Amino acid sequence: MTYDETTLAQLRDDAADIVSRYPVKRSALLPMLHLVQSVDGFVSPDGIRFCAERLDLSAAEVSAVATFYTQYKRRPNGEYQVGVCVNTLCAVMGGDRIWDELSEHVGVGNDETTADGKVTLERLECNAACDYAPVMMVNWEFFDNQTPDSAKQVVDDLRAGKDVAPTRGPAKVCTFKEVSRVLAGFDDGRANEDQGVGAPTLAGVKAAKAQGWKEGKK
Amino acid sequence: MTTLTPVLSATWDVKDSWTLSTYTKHGGYRGLKKALKKQPGELVQAIKDSGLRGRGGAGFPTGMKWGFLPPDDGKPRYLVINADESEPGTCKDIPTMLSAPHTLIEGVIITSYAIGCNHAFIYLRGEVVHVYRRLINAVREAYEAGHLGKNIHGSGFDLDVTIHSGAGAYICGEETALLDSLEGRRGQPRLKPPFPAVAGLYARPTVVNNVESIASVPAIIDRGVAWFTGMGTERSRGMGFFSLSGHVERPGQYEAPLGITLRELLEFAGGMRGGRPLKFWTPGGSSTPIFTDAHLDTPLDYESVGAAGSMLGTRALQIFDDTTCVVRAVMRWTEFYKHESCGKCTPCREGTFWLTQVLKRIEKGHGTPADIQQLLDTCDSIAGRSFCALGDGATSSVISSVKLFRDEFEQHVSTGECPFDHAASALFTYSDSLEGAHA
Amino acid sequence: MTATADKAAAVDTVTLTIDGTEVTVPKGTLIIRAAEQAGIEIPRFCDHPALKPAGACRQCLVDVASPGPDGNLRAFPKPQASCTMTVTQGMVVNTQDTSPEADRAQKGVLELLLINHPLDCPVCDKGGECPLQNQAMSHGRSESRFVDVKRVFEKPLPLSSEILLDRERCILCQRCTRFSKEIAGDAFIDLQNRGAMQQIGTFSEDVLGFEGYGPVGVAAEDEAGAAFSSYYSGNTVQICPVGALTSASYRFRSRPFDLVSSPGISEHDSSGSAIRTDHRRGAILRRLADYDPVVNEDWITDKDRFAFAWQNLDDRVTRPLVRIEGELVETSWPQALAAAAEGLRTAMELKRKKGIAVLPGGRVTLEDAYAYGKFARAVLGTNDVDARTRIASDEEQAFLGATVAGTGLGVTFGDLEKAPAVLFVAFEPEDEGGVVFLRLKKSEGRQRVATVAPWLSRGNEKLGATLVPAVPGTEGAVLKKLPADVEKSLSQPGAVIVVGERAAGAAGALSQALALSKRTGARIAWIPRRAGERGALEAGALPGLLPGGRDAASAKARSEIAGAWGVPGLPLAPGRASAEIISSAAARGLDALVIGGVTVSDLTGDVVKALKKTGFVVSLEVRRSEVTDYADVVLPVAPPSEKSGTFVNWEGRLRSFATAIHTDALSDHRVLDALARELGFALGTATVAAVNAEIAGLAAVASSDRPAAPKVSPPAKPAGPIVLSSWHQLVDESALQDGEPYLAGTGRVAVVRMSAATAKKVGVESGSISLSGATRASVDLPVVVTDMVDGVVWAPAKSPGSWVARDLGVEPGDPISVKGGFA
Repeated sequence: MTYDETTLAQLRDDAADIVSRYPVKRSALLPMLHLVQSVDGFVSPDGIRFCAERLDLSAAEVSAVATFYTQYKRRPNGEYQVGVCVNTLCAVMGGDRIWDELSEHVGVGNDETTADGKVTLERLECNAACDYAPVMMVNWEFFDNQTPDSAKQVVDDLRAGKDVAPTRGPAKVCTFKEVSRVLAGFDDGRANEDQGVGAPTLAGVKAAKAQGWKEGKK
Repeated sequence: MTTLTPVLSATWDVKDSWTLSTYTKHGGYRGLKKALKKQPGELVQAIKDSGLRGRGGAGFPTGMKWGFLPPDDGKPRYLVINADESEPGTCKDIPTMLSAPHTLIEGVIITSYAIGCNHAFIYLRGEVVHVYRRLINAVREAYEAGHLGKNIHGSGFDLDVTIHSGAGAYICGEETALLDSLEGRRGQPRLKPPFPAVAGLYARPTVVNNVESIASVPAIIDRGVAWFTGMGTERSRGMGFFSLSGHVERPGQYEAPLGITLRELLEFAGGMRGGRPLKFWTPGGSSTPIFTDAHLDTPLDYESVGAAGSMLGTRALQIFDDTTCVVRAVMRWTEFYKHESCGKCTPCREGTFWLTQVLKRIEKGHGTPADIQQLLDTCDSIAGRSFCALGDGATSSVISSVKLFRDEFEQHVSTGECPFDHAASALFTYSDSLEGAHA
Repeated sequence: MTATADKAAAVDTVTLTIDGTEVTVPKGTLIIRAAEQAGIEIPRFCDHPALKPAGACRQCLVDVASPGPDGNLRAFPKPQASCTMTVTQGMVVNTQDTSPEADRAQKGVLELLLINHPLDCPVCDKGGECPLQNQAMSHGRSESRFVDVKRVFEKPLPLSSEILLDRERCILCQRCTRFSKEIAGDAFIDLQNRGAMQQIGTFSEDVLGFEGYGPVGVAAEDEAGAAFSSYYSGNTVQICPVGALTSASYRFRSRPFDLVSSPGISEHDSSGSAIRTDHRRGAILRRLADYDPVVNEDWITDKDRFAFAWQNLDDRVTRPLVRIEGELVETSWPQALAAAAEGLRTAMELKRKKGIAVLPGGRVTLEDAYAYGKFARAVLGTNDVDARTRIASDEEQAFLGATVAGTGLGVTFGDLEKAPAVLFVAFEPEDEGGVVFLRLKKSEGRQRVATVAPWLSRGNEKLGATLVPAVPGTEGAVLKKLPADVEKSLSQPGAVIVVGERAAGAAGALSQALALSKRTGARIAWIPRRAGERGALEAGALPGLLPGGRDAASAKARSEIAGAWGVPGLPLAPGRASAEIISSAAARGLDALVIGGVTVSDLTGDVVKALKKTGFVVSLEVRRSEVTDYADVVLPVAPPSEKSGTFVNWEGRLRSFATAIHTDALSDHRVLDALARELGFALGTATVAAVNAEIAGLAAVASSDRPAAPKVSPPAKPAGPIVLSSWHQLVDESALQDGEPYLAGTGRVAVVRMSAATAKKVGVESGSISLSGATRASVDLPVVVTDMVDGVVWAPAKSPGSWVARDLGVEPGDPISVKGGFA
């Protein structure tokens, strides 16, 4: 492995922390692969060997897992993973058009990264926000009810180095590496940041209130 | 007129709804206090009596699932929460965990106490990072408040909760694939038997339940079984989320008693977008056979939807108006299943590969008359032959759409093009100049 | 007692109906197995009886109905995979033969299996013996309905130098990955990617599209599985139900229907694994595992499978050779036999004798070994005969004579599998045991394994073994005071102590193993490496042992054997072991030496010097070698595929085999018979049948005629501050693997291992080091710091760059010096 000693020591400590969450250490593999992405920006061959060594697995067993899940990237990923949902509902509601325009605007296709290393585009499958269609995800934060223009603006701002806030979620979108560290189970203290609750989430509660329902009433 | 019944969503519009203090202020953790005064067996019985059925799609009675656990042998048993919400159209658990994670955490604690589990896991899909933050935060708050950890509120009951992030795989919503994934493996379904209740996580007795199912437990314990059974229908008790998406005026989460109809829900949602006609919809996500306007009055409970030829599933109502090309819709869903097929068994792996190519051709106007029968024949080689239900789900929209809209498929073939203007379906306006730019 | 015992003994059975036929099978039987018992073949690809059910290919779908709680039959709503469902009482199964629904389901699955298959049967190695091809021909559509774009992959993909993967042909049944994980414990291949792009593979950055290469540590290639360096990888080729996995050595060489198959027994180790030799016009094309439920079950090692080229290399001796004016010249059999007899007669008639000796080598059959022993004692009049051209001792000879020879079937493979506890002494289950390892692996988790060794090898790690640390040479002392839990585990009924041939190198180890066996009741199994070791022991081809373990020092035994052989008496002078023979020959010479298949580089003694100093050397060899280079007469003998005979495996089981390829090559026993006749003596070993009849005619051996069990005290301390530990890795550069580069490529990287403390002590913590022994050259290898006992340096016995015996002239347990640091 080519990690320097400081990085390796930190990785080992973090891996030990992850392993301690589970009764059986192999369970640590998925979070550890997120951890590797938080250091390398993708699942590097070094990272695969690191996980194999820590968990007493063969490298083939680790790559078997790393290549099964779509969030694990095999090439250095852009600082921002921008996914446009093109599953049926979002596609029909405009997702296809957003993808077409965004892809042309940015000049890269699916699973490709801009030359500045800022943005990787992805044709996304359903991200469980269908009531906000069409949906875009940037580093797994919600950008709801997008249009081609709003999507392009988000990407332009990201590439310009501006802080960009999702429509629901924290005050700003963190980098791919930062978010990967959160997914490895290391809190970044942003849980209480909030961009407000969207109308679809509250649609039922509002309609109920209009019906005369009061919270706490049985 | 059925009334909406916000229970899990009751506090979502309150400021800082996700925090422990807000949750507690609005009656949170009352259910836990009551539960800890009862015997575990009483709790299992209460959930059995409530008639609560799994809210993750299959609708299996939750209390019965708990009851399948073998007697305590002194060794670990586990509760695993399926928070891998990924079925296209389904978008109820994510807002639940984002806006009120403590309803789930409280449910986890009560359930663990009921089944004798001291280490519970929440398996969250990896693509929702703010939800992960909120869960981690909620768990920390719960530890600090003594709801988790050793000797919870002096009951002698210990519980740890681990939040586990997935990494992008729809199949992990299948409970045995989820367990393999949680064990650090490829998320491929396991052979059953043994069922998880006998040999689940780490080959120990395990209960796997959906977020909404477990989040419903505190209210049932707090307000009583009779309150819960007072809602819904004879065999589909209680309330649940109905997630409306697509061509409706006000898409969103509508918590209502089971048995409500789409017609009623559409009224709450302001009707179809721009008053256009309803063309087709999924009652329970993309794996359930599609319905049309003929089913507007079908009660949305397990039995009625089943009798009408589909499944209640996750109550994910994706609603499409008459601007929508059904071939395009089905093609995309099928691409999704191909993308998400785990690859373990032949029918699903190869069948979705084949279906996708045929559907793409038909959608582009390059299909042949034989293709439509080929779709049905290929579905026949997948449905009922695959290792798990993903393969069956992949065929639902194909079979039902050919049945309901065969003429539309034939039109694509005979005219050599898609008769629909895709721009008309979108939420925003655009001209077609870029059409065909994407792969 | 009887009631419960009877209940436990009785096998619960289940009766069901398959295609109208009633079948009764043990409870828990899978439907597909029950159908086999009824003579009904359900097609399958992922199913394999030795592997856990997968249910992946879905080819074996059948209709099933079983009685509900009310006793009425209830049909399952959809066809069920017969490879995963167990039978129940009263179940009714309808296969493709009787159920249109099952037939339709199977045809649908078959069609899907074929849409992405290249249908390249005409150029595929598997064509003609391919389950997928057969199924497609018998049940498939004549034309494909799939008109779209097939999945394509680059082909073939080398998983190792030997195993090639053609991903387009693969149907993802996972037999190979399941074998590798479940049976061999080598998860070096696994499923990669997902869905339609799912494929079998190693971790390969290139294939899987990973960016970035990090340098890999020298030992990591094995341990991290960068290569498919499993000793058992060839089994995956054999169980692959399509042509996806092929071997580099057989690829494109032949069509199965052009081959003649002959059953045989592997010559590579003492397990006596059943093999099948496939040959065409006298040339071996491939070898396969033959199913033998009591020995090797479904599996063989890669050495058994792939290492056969040595039998037919260019250096094969095809005609007798006689040295004339310093040069070996081809001659006729009569002339060569006459020359050999003449030389031996001259030596026998010398007045001042330096002695005549016989070294048969450890790889010959029981019949050959018997002929060598009889030739030495009855014709040449010497007890200087020893098949043990390896580390050996007098203590070992006494141990073997007292407890192993003539004892028949002792501990068996089945006993090993069932043993609640197993202790290894100077024995490596994988490197030195081959399929022994696979049997033990089957019991992983149910069996307590411990090993007296300096470090926990990969094979032992895979068995979950506990290390009982021992510096080589001190194993005896360690056995005397085993950790209490290990000793206690051996007291369970059925426990086994496995001693390897290297135990002979540690004084007192075998004596202590016997003592341990007596203390605990554990049985002893002696598992040597070479195929001929046990047979040679039974045949009396050891200096102090006559056939059947009779003590050569016993007058009664001698006269019994002399009687059987029709000679007045057997030589009295105690025989010398091979090491002694060689060292004294190197020092003073011998009058004559009859030498079989002995590899000079395997011995620490100066064999070349010994040969040079010996007056007359007769070599019986398959190939030109360093021995034939110095021989006066070379008599060609048959390699195993061209002869018949018997290997006695370590269990004591007779593993007879017939000639696979008929040539005019002669077995050693027949050549010796002819040579004896030339010397005027009727040896009676012309045929396998004659030898076996003679052996069978020998009476049972009385224990009083055997040597006494050894009682040697073990040394308390190692022989030096740093001593050598070494053994042969299963895939290495041993002579019988010559000519098979693809196999060699799967061998483990040669490294030197030592503990951190030892490395510090000798001042080498990384890079390469140089080992030097008693004499001659040195061995320079990279060092890998390993969790092991201090004061020990381990090097592989005969791996690339590490020919320990030849280059260091030392044996395990000997002191060694280490110089380091060429980083």
